[in-house]
Amino acid sequence: MGRFEGKTAIVTGASRGIGREIAILLGREGARVAVNYSGSKEKAEEVVQLIKDAGSDAFAIQANVSDADQVKQMIDATMENFGSIDFLVNNAGITRDNLLMRMKEDEWDDVIDINLKGVFLCTKAVTRQMMKQRAGKIVNLASIVGVIGNPGQANYVAAKAGVIGLTKTTARELATRNITVNAVAPGFITTDMTDALPEEVKTQMLGSIPLGKLGSAEDVAGAVAFLLSNDANYITGQTVHVDGGMVM
Amino acid sequence: MLSVLERVTKVVVDRLGVDESEVKPEASFKDDLGADSLDVVELVMELEDEFDMEISDDDAEKIGTVGDAVKYIEEKVN
Repeated sequence: MGRFEGKTAIVTGASRGIGREIAILLGREGARVAVNYSGSKEKAEEVVQLIKDAGSDAFAIQANVSDADQVKQMIDATMENFGSIDFLVNNAGITRDNLLMRMKEDEWDDVIDINLKGVFLCTKAVTRQMMKQRAGKIVNLASIVGVIGNPGQANYVAAKAGVIGLTKTTARELATRNITVNAVAPGFITTDMTDALPEEVKTQMLGSIPLGKLGSAEDVAGAVAFLLSNDANYITGQTVHVDGGMVM
Repeated sequence: MLSVLERVTKVVVDRLGVDESEVKPEASFKDDLGADSLDVVELVMELEDEFDMEISDDDAEKIGTVGDAVKYIEEKVN
């Protein structure tokens, strides 16, 4: 029996990277998972298959999280398939890096729309069901750059800092309905993006991480799963750093 | 068949745990029936389910009393 036997989850942006690992981990521990994706249908179907192979159930659902109508359709499809929504993991995110002086308005808007407004829309849409259930757990993916800032990412940092504030407010608003809302803030995680960095940049990065290594998507998924588990019932409004000790 | 007022009253009694005799048309959810803002949001949600209708956020903000709810629903249903 997994920790999440009988539970149902929506993971946004679950076709790749950290979202993929979260969806697979939840599925492997027994949760039925709605695997949301924006563009990569095949990748999403792959995640669905992995979860089914692990003995649980899943389906892929296309939705742009910054579009309220598409979000509603995603929630409706999940209710139709699963009949409840116990967990929401707001993971979908994009980057459009540029120096502030060079950043175009649409680069700003795109990132705020997906990374911040998307969290608002998905949370709002799912809350109705969770309030009825008198139970629910929401985990938002933030980032340590939302805490400490990062040159070249004004849009992304503003969105992630916004997610942390949104997490705290949502936690306060929904606490009386037995819904917890927390954030996980990853540090440097091994992804296609970090793999492509030059060696000296990597060495410099490692110097700022007390644990002396990059994190993995599994490290982040583990923290998300903890916050969704019954072990975290008394935790809400928190931002858990998964960053090897970078920010204390 | 129950009237709109009777059905609204039942939802309010269930949701807010108040006595049926307190649920008068002029009763304000917040001031008279002890509801907080979130209770009112939930109440509107349950009225939507009870009457199988959608109440927009803008309209929901105008519903402050039992009578407001009944009037709104009667207008929508008819």
